[in-house]
Amino acid sequence: MVWYILRRLLQLIPVFFGATLLIYFMVFALPGDPIAALAGDRGLNPAVIAQLRAHYHLDQPFIIQYLIYLRGIFTGDLGTSFSGQPVSQILAATFPVTLRLTILAVIIESAAGILIGLVSGLRKGKLFDASALVVSLIMISIPIFVIAFVSQFIFGIKLAWAPPTVSEGAPWGDLILPAFVLATVSFAYIVRLTRASVIENLSEDFVRTATAKGLSRRRVIRVHILRNSMIPVVTYIGTDFGTLIVGATVTEGIFNVPGVGRTLYQAIIRGEAPTVVSFVTVMVIIYVVFNLLIDLLYGLLDPRIRYAK
Amino acid sequence: MTEIIEPTTTRWSESGTRPLLEIKDLHVGFATQNGLVSAVSGVNFTIMPGETVAIVGESGSGKSTTAHAIIDLLPGSGKVTGGQILFDGLDLTATSDRDFEDIRGTLIGFVPQDPMSNLNPVLNIGFQVQETLVANGKAQRGRDAKAKAIKVLQQAGLGDAAHRLRQYPHQFSGGMRQRVLIGIGLSSTPKLLIADEPTSALDVTVQRTILDHLAKLTRESGTAVLFITHDLGLAAERAEKLIVMYKGKVVESGPSVELLRNPQHPYTRRLVAAAPSLASRRIQSSKVVPDRAYAAPSGVEDVDLIAAADARIDRLPASVGAVPSIVVENLTKVFHINTGKLRREPFTAVDSVSFAIAKGTTTALVGESGSGKSTVARLILKLENVTSGSVSVDGEDLERLGSRELFALRRRMQPVFQDPFGSLDPLYNIASTIAEPLVTHRVGNRKEQHARVLELLDQVALPVALMDRYPNELSGGQRQRVAIARALALKPDIVILDEAVSALDVLVQAQILALLNELQSELNLTYLFITHDLAVVRLVADNVCVMQKGKIVEAGSTDSVFDNPRDEYTKELLAAIPGAGIQLTV
Repeated sequence: MVWYILRRLLQLIPVFFGATLLIYFMVFALPGDPIAALAGDRGLNPAVIAQLRAHYHLDQPFIIQYLIYLRGIFTGDLGTSFSGQPVSQILAATFPVTLRLTILAVIIESAAGILIGLVSGLRKGKLFDASALVVSLIMISIPIFVIAFVSQFIFGIKLAWAPPTVSEGAPWGDLILPAFVLATVSFAYIVRLTRASVIENLSEDFVRTATAKGLSRRRVIRVHILRNSMIPVVTYIGTDFGTLIVGATVTEGIFNVPGVGRTLYQAIIRGEAPTVVSFVTVMVIIYVVFNLLIDLLYGLLDPRIRYAK
Repeated sequence: MTEIIEPTTTRWSESGTRPLLEIKDLHVGFATQNGLVSAVSGVNFTIMPGETVAIVGESGSGKSTTAHAIIDLLPGSGKVTGGQILFDGLDLTATSDRDFEDIRGTLIGFVPQDPMSNLNPVLNIGFQVQETLVANGKAQRGRDAKAKAIKVLQQAGLGDAAHRLRQYPHQFSGGMRQRVLIGIGLSSTPKLLIADEPTSALDVTVQRTILDHLAKLTRESGTAVLFITHDLGLAAERAEKLIVMYKGKVVESGPSVELLRNPQHPYTRRLVAAAPSLASRRIQSSKVVPDRAYAAPSGVEDVDLIAAADARIDRLPASVGAVPSIVVENLTKVFHINTGKLRREPFTAVDSVSFAIAKGTTTALVGESGSGKSTVARLILKLENVTSGSVSVDGEDLERLGSRELFALRRRMQPVFQDPFGSLDPLYNIASTIAEPLVTHRVGNRKEQHARVLELLDQVALPVALMDRYPNELSGGQRQRVAIARALALKPDIVILDEAVSALDVLVQAQILALLNELQSELNLTYLFITHDLAVVRLVADNVCVMQKGKIVEAGSTDSVFDNPRDEYTKELLAAIPGAGIQLTV
């Protein structure tokens, strides 16, 4: 077990170097001159431009720029954005917001998705099941920005149940509506995944044996069907957590959430290499670490995998 | 099908005891797209307290459905459509789901068929035993349940139960898991235990120990047992009373030995004639008593296994001294198994095995699961690479062959595998399945290939109409015939049969064995017959190699191995053949 975790953590090293190099190169290769864009229409004094270039090392060849950036990382300096703010500060301000939004979304989608999926699976072919399938299909097929705008209009403005945009500091309460929106698609997948998994487990021999042992229907469902059905669902939710942190850009934009997505989007537009690379690298690492956690959790749920490693 | 015999009155009824279980005119149906399909129609029988009764029949006979109906465990679309199931005077067909929860486990225990799939793989063994005890009110949750679970498992024959409570099913062997399931089934000392093919998935020696143990436990606690099996020999050995089912009906029932000695119904007679365990026993006794009173009835299309076996023996001298077809010398295969900590441990699956098979004869490789017999087959077919030693076919060492020569050799050496469901491609119809080897090896044009398919279908006795069908529309026996036809398509000299008849019902098994015998004499085939079933070996093989833990422990002609087994392990295997103790000749 310890060996396994160590081996997986060691994999982070090549992932880190590969990701930073690749992303740095992509930002470097972006068309347009970041300094010219920064200056706007009026144009700057060539001396100022040269000074800015030297300050951000933009006059150096690509590989030197990259090495300077790497040296910074290992001394705790992630560089500065064009507005003069240290990137580490921007990270510290935005990541917690996105993390809160994602946690809320994951809680909502898993609680509702598993419950409805379970009931749906147990009542396969009945009215409840059919409606759950139709609703989840609709949720999967509507683009997220449509859901976002519609719910912002209905719940935020018409009914005024929640603030339509998130206020400064992004308190938990303000994040509930965007979290629901963010959760919709994954919720629909979780319903379907849980349902399929429950139906499969219902016809397992060990479920019949559990009934034959004299267990009550409730206990058979809770202990023998639900738990076994959770294995694929947990894997999905784990992957989804990573995806949501990275992919909340659209929702964050619409609800004006001061999170990672919005900041990263603006940094890409401006061609701010240090900001983009730092953000994306942190996301890559979060993604990899999350995958490791899922694998460990998977082993916890399924002993056959735990001991095979 | 006229002489259906009503269940005979039992000797207990004279003493005035009330039967524990009384099944009266039971009908069970399954709802399908084409309406209600009847699975059990008009079944009657009784079980007295403490009595062991066996239901025997082939797959689809309704024996398991009857058992499941008793404890209300019919799968989704099945339901009781008529009749009564009286348990201790209570009609189970009219019992509510809620009340049934109190009956299952507490009054009626259940031991399922497949130990591999009947324990929840993600929960530990202790938990699964403890929850049973708690649910049936036999223990308090916690320490009490744990102590009693250890006791239950120890009684079921798991000596180190205390240490194994926290282990998971996949850490147990099949036999151990079945002990756990028997422990669970008996944990609340029910009045009736339903054992649905409890040992069909296990090796014969394990089967014997487990059934002996089960018999001891139920005798001590006075539990009645309803034993479901497809093996007539096993049923007769284990039960006082036999019920033979066929197509949802009881065709014959009565005291075990009497029913075997004097079967009345034609179907029972066919079963008795086809059961390899009984047949192999009869071959031995027939040497002493020439009068074979219990041979298959004349006029039935059935195969008489004894006659078939005799025919082999008559033919045998001709092939003795012939050239060896397959020679295996010091064959060794070492696998490397991952142990987790970056290290891999060697495991010797086949350990310097040597044998030779003469052209036109059959050699059987016998052993339990894990003995390495299937690995030997894979090595000979060169589906695996040998670690050391050599395999030569007709004098050519397989190791030295290039890929082109190997391809050519494969034409002459064809396998038939165990699972007739898994080894046919579901998207290929029967004609293309059989023709595939011809296409791969570019034999003949389309027309000739078609003609060859027709010829092969005829050889394996399948109707031409099956050509356009798909595997899922065929029965298990038909599928195995297709697999044999495919193996024969390239006119091979050698056929390797890896458990080729193990998954089949006895009657079908007998037909396939007879077919193999016929084909061998017709085409002068050489067979390597791999099986765990010694009873079958006696009927088809000229020579036997007994394998244990990768080594051949005994080898010789079939008669010498069966009549004078020298090795302890061979003796044990022979003694474990079910029905061995039944004296058929009076």
